[in-house]
Amino acid sequence: MSATTAPGHTETGKKLLLKGNELMVRAAIEAGCRFFAGYPITPQNEVPEYMSQLMPKVGGTFVQAESEIAAINMIFGASAAGARCMTSSSSPGISLKQEGISYIASAELPCVIANVQRGGPGLGNIRASQADYFQAVKGGGHGDYRLIVLAPASLDELQDLTMNAFDYADYYRNPVMILADGLLGQMAEPVDARPYEPILELPEKDFVLDGCKGREARVIKTLFLRPPKALVTHNMRLQKKYETIASELQLCENVQTDDAELVIAAYGMTARIAKGAVDMARQAGMKVGLIRPITLWPFPGPAFMEVAGTAKKLLVVEMSSGQFIEDVKLATECNIPVEFLGMGGGWYPTPENIFEKISAIYDK
Amino acid sequence: MANIKFDKERCKGCCLCVAECPRGNIRMSEILNKTGSIYAEVIDEGDCNGCALCCQMCPDMAIEIEEDEKQTCCEKGSEK
Amino acid sequence: MEFKKPTSLLDVPTHYCPGCGHGIVQRLVGEVIDELGIREKTIGTAPVGCAVLLYDYFDCDIIECSHGRSPAVATGIKRVLPDRVVFTYQGDGDLAAIGTAETIHVANRGENITIIFVNNAIYGMTGGQMAPTTITGQRTTTTQEGRGQNQEGPPLKVCELLASLDGVTYLERVAVSTPKDIMRAKKAVKKAFQNQIDEKGFSLVEVLSMCPTDWKVSSTAAVDFVNNEMKEVFPLGVFKDEK
Repeated sequence: MSATTAPGHTETGKKLLLKGNELMVRAAIEAGCRFFAGYPITPQNEVPEYMSQLMPKVGGTFVQAESEIAAINMIFGASAAGARCMTSSSSPGISLKQEGISYIASAELPCVIANVQRGGPGLGNIRASQADYFQAVKGGGHGDYRLIVLAPASLDELQDLTMNAFDYADYYRNPVMILADGLLGQMAEPVDARPYEPILELPEKDFVLDGCKGREARVIKTLFLRPPKALVTHNMRLQKKYETIASELQLCENVQTDDAELVIAAYGMTARIAKGAVDMARQAGMKVGLIRPITLWPFPGPAFMEVAGTAKKLLVVEMSSGQFIEDVKLATECNIPVEFLGMGGGWYPTPENIFEKISAIYDK
Repeated sequence: MANIKFDKERCKGCCLCVAECPRGNIRMSEILNKTGSIYAEVIDEGDCNGCALCCQMCPDMAIEIEEDEKQTCCEKGSEK
Repeated sequence: MEFKKPTSLLDVPTHYCPGCGHGIVQRLVGEVIDELGIREKTIGTAPVGCAVLLYDYFDCDIIECSHGRSPAVATGIKRVLPDRVVFTYQGDGDLAAIGTAETIHVANRGENITIIFVNNAIYGMTGGQMAPTTITGQRTTTTQEGRGQNQEGPPLKVCELLASLDGVTYLERVAVSTPKDIMRAKKAVKKAFQNQIDEKGFSLVEVLSMCPTDWKVSSTAAVDFVNNEMKEVFPLGVFKDEK
């Protein structure tokens, strides 16, 4: 299955041919992830399966949890104990994790959560979807909190962002979500194995509960009863952290937007598909570009505003009935018209679908 | 005689110690402590043999028995 | 004879109601941690329920968990730090209702942790609703005519339930309603911690405890309720002790 034999010790330049789900596992372990807990759900099953194979080889822990709820709470414990840790699931399972994610966010514990999205609502289907955007970006659990949300659009980028996710989590002491989808998780393409190197200067983990030898006892908690303003104070501090993250971590890719009259806005696999449509439009003589947020939260608002200053029209394409489009409109303050091509229910567009839509709205 | 100490400010007035004392040597106060509760107190310190059943039963760790440093081993033995 | 507060508990009064058994159970855990000399390598979990403020009383590392999930959190900690001592402290709603799945699976995996399960047959923190362990006929704010009138089923017996699982090492049910019971409870708690240190596997001690406030009786009547009613439904004893 795997092209690698020694996880954690990559031979630089080695070519990998793995499914997205498997590559994510490999990258996580390469980045020092040593605890994984998860529960089977399609289309992410390769993640726990591959984790169960690789973790023992690096002295890490794999636990097949009794539920998604248990899995996220095992992550809560493993992170508190100081491990780089990760869980993964797909849409319905991520819904189950939301309570735990809220606790982890409030307790400011680092961890990585992968959502290999499938169609919803309900049991939905097992095809690719982007209908969990609101849940990921607006905070699917209770309370005012934010996840850092990363949206890879290729396996190469999935490898990078998986490794980076652990650094962002540790650096900001915040849960990070990799918002993938069934397409990305299930497809395979050749990738150059990248050795892990921290991209940030990581702080010492001074919160870890490992027994209070030689120090005062530590508490990790999310209940703030006294004094009456304790929770407000805690939440304001969280918001300040989120402001810092928003100012420091906005990743976005622009493709041929400089002269574009119509700019497609899409993320993840949809953006990958849209690139094909951009090429088709350019060949047909239409000035079309693409803007692709890589961080969905923080949303790269300024980059969108810039595009809205040069283009005449935006076309949002997403695999949902219209979620990401709300952030696009907010970021651009509706300065230019925003057209929409999207559909929920495990449907994905082809470059031809998008090209057709471009042709229909380009001159109007 | 045991060196028994009741911390009246920790006492919440549950009376479980009163019910447990085999010698009937604990009573509840007629006045309130700072938290507004009646509190347990020993009636006759000299009559306490330090069995510590009250300490075991107290949910608030309000009763302690201290080793009396002045006593020698022989004196302790002679008390029996 | 000397009787002192354990040093692994902070010297502060608790928020528990008069006559509540939590103070006794926490003292026993504190004494055991002292006697085993493990305070500096112990990590405890606080539940949701009356004992949520555990970290205000224990002078060791504590993590507060969401309702019922302590066993999963403890699993995460223990697997990362297998040489530390990890205990959960949970009430009946936490362990036997919302957290039933976590309880059964942590036991069945034989996680080398210690669970202290305080069974007072009621939801205390939320004001006296029916617990999974509320006994048949017991009146609560959600079983006003007594449990059993509205198809609530009989009380859930955790030790009996877990005893059938091969992964479990040690199960004992004790009480804190008499000094004799309390001393027996201490032995059980100590064994449950010693088992973990000896890497013997999963240990759980169920402690029958008093809740005079939400039972709406005096402290002494609450003790009688444990002795006369609860012990009938939840017999004390060792349910499993794998050597």
